[in-house]
Amino acid sequence: MSDATELPASTGPLIYRQSVWTRVTHWVWAICLFFLLLTGLQIFNAHPALYIGQESGFEYENAVLEIGAINTEAGPRGRTILFGRSFDTTGVLGMSGDMARPSFTAFPGAVTIPSYRDLATGRVVHFFFGWIFVGTMLLWFVASFINGHIRRDIVPKPADLAGLPRDMAEHARLRFKRGRSYGPLQKLSYFTVFFILFPLIVATGLTMSPGLDTAWPFLLDIFGGRQTARTIHFSVMVLLVAFFVVHIVMLLLAGPINELRSMVTGWYRTGPGTPDAEGDRP
Amino acid sequence: MSRLITRRNFLRGSALAGSGLVLAGCDQFDFLGRSDNPVRGVMEQANVLTYRAQRALIGDQALAREYSASEIRQGMKPNGSVEPSTPEYMFLKMQDFAPYRLTVKGMVEREVSFSLDELRNMPARSQITRHDCVEGWSCIAKWTGTQLGPILDMAGVKPQARFCVYHCFDNIQRTLAGDILYYESSDLVDAYHPQTILSYGLNDQVLPVANGAPIRLRIERALGYKQPKYLHTIELVDDLKPFGQGKGGYWPDNGYDWYGGI
Repeated sequence: MSDATELPASTGPLIYRQSVWTRVTHWVWAICLFFLLLTGLQIFNAHPALYIGQESGFEYENAVLEIGAINTEAGPRGRTILFGRSFDTTGVLGMSGDMARPSFTAFPGAVTIPSYRDLATGRVVHFFFGWIFVGTMLLWFVASFINGHIRRDIVPKPADLAGLPRDMAEHARLRFKRGRSYGPLQKLSYFTVFFILFPLIVATGLTMSPGLDTAWPFLLDIFGGRQTARTIHFSVMVLLVAFFVVHIVMLLLAGPINELRSMVTGWYRTGPGTPDAEGDRP
Repeated sequence: MSRLITRRNFLRGSALAGSGLVLAGCDQFDFLGRSDNPVRGVMEQANVLTYRAQRALIGDQALAREYSASEIRQGMKPNGSVEPSTPEYMFLKMQDFAPYRLTVKGMVEREVSFSLDELRNMPARSQITRHDCVEGWSCIAKWTGTQLGPILDMAGVKPQARFCVYHCFDNIQRTLAGDILYYESSDLVDAYHPQTILSYGLNDQVLPVANGAPIRLRIERALGYKQPKYLHTIELVDDLKPFGQGKGGYWPDNGYDWYGGI
């Protein structure tokens, strides 16, 4: 990012880009996902293994991920087994903290709420924010359907797909178009988050409930068993964390003040060449 | 230009502060672990919402999925107490539970009690179900026993009764002040559910001590801690406060949600 791109002469009009629904749900989600992630890792730590199928194999092997600690001749080490391949993850997974007095949790206390082992509290906080997350999601879908946000900015149109290669090339050169609406890659990633990842993480979370499995047994069939659902829930979490990282990197690269302002006040400074429209500010 | 640099410094500063908050991990939120914290109290209301929503959504008679025999691929993993050491339990175990009696008392027309043989001679129900532990794992096993509903009817549940409290033999926690005995409770919907059985058989064998001999209650639509092992007394009550620390079960007293359906 060079200073030249920030000079006033090279900008388009100031547009009202984000509705109050988009802005409020964005920040509520940000808070929810922060707590859901950190309490989710706490809950995972209670049984740090993921399986494929209805149940967990204790007398046979159906685990795809296991995080733990083992004793070696050189002392205890953190070990992670992913798809049968073993990795030494001492210091990060399975064993972390001060090596004189290590902590033997799967994910370190620095990324769990509470910072110590407390499954009960992790669940209380997780379900509280789970309800808020789902409520906000319903609100967003209704509001964004009515105000046209989904149609205008989220669902990719044929023209977006046609412009995808060009948009990818521009991104690779770290040149971002700051237009009236989102670019093809933006639309695709937000579409993936709203229409695939969010519904998927909620549905797989519900599949882990023995109560809801009774009301909606098809959940177990869709996801191939409760333990597979748990594995998908975890995998979608990893994808959402990856989205968050890219989201922040893009925000920093595309101009953090402008991007943050649009998500706080709704007003967004477009790039040069953006045509003026009614309601814009100079 | 100078304005931009100031902005940039400001941003760098806030980014550092923000990441510091995240990296400091979250001792800041450890207060949520204290049971008397008011914020936690608010958050716990989400569990009440979950209970009400699930009761509204799930038919009272809807059955938990039952699996086929071929899906039993391993023994039932024991968890929690596996070898109770209270004198009463040791005495019963030594005599192969011959003197054991299951008592139904409290808000009932008549207190009743049954020997193990009497329970085994009642109509039996077998169900191959998935046991979901609160820790996250699941295990499929076949449970055989007699339904709790008809037994409650024999005792005659009084209209004011709202909950069943399940008293158990096992000393789940030993403290300086003495043993803490396991107990659990459920509403009458779960108590009368067709799959709620007093199980005495596991995978076509006599229920082993590690899994709750002689009687373990199965409440199939809830998590493992709602399946009390080493059960000896069922008490019908209208209030859970007088028991344990008042939250309706050993694990609920330790911060877990009482309903246990999620």
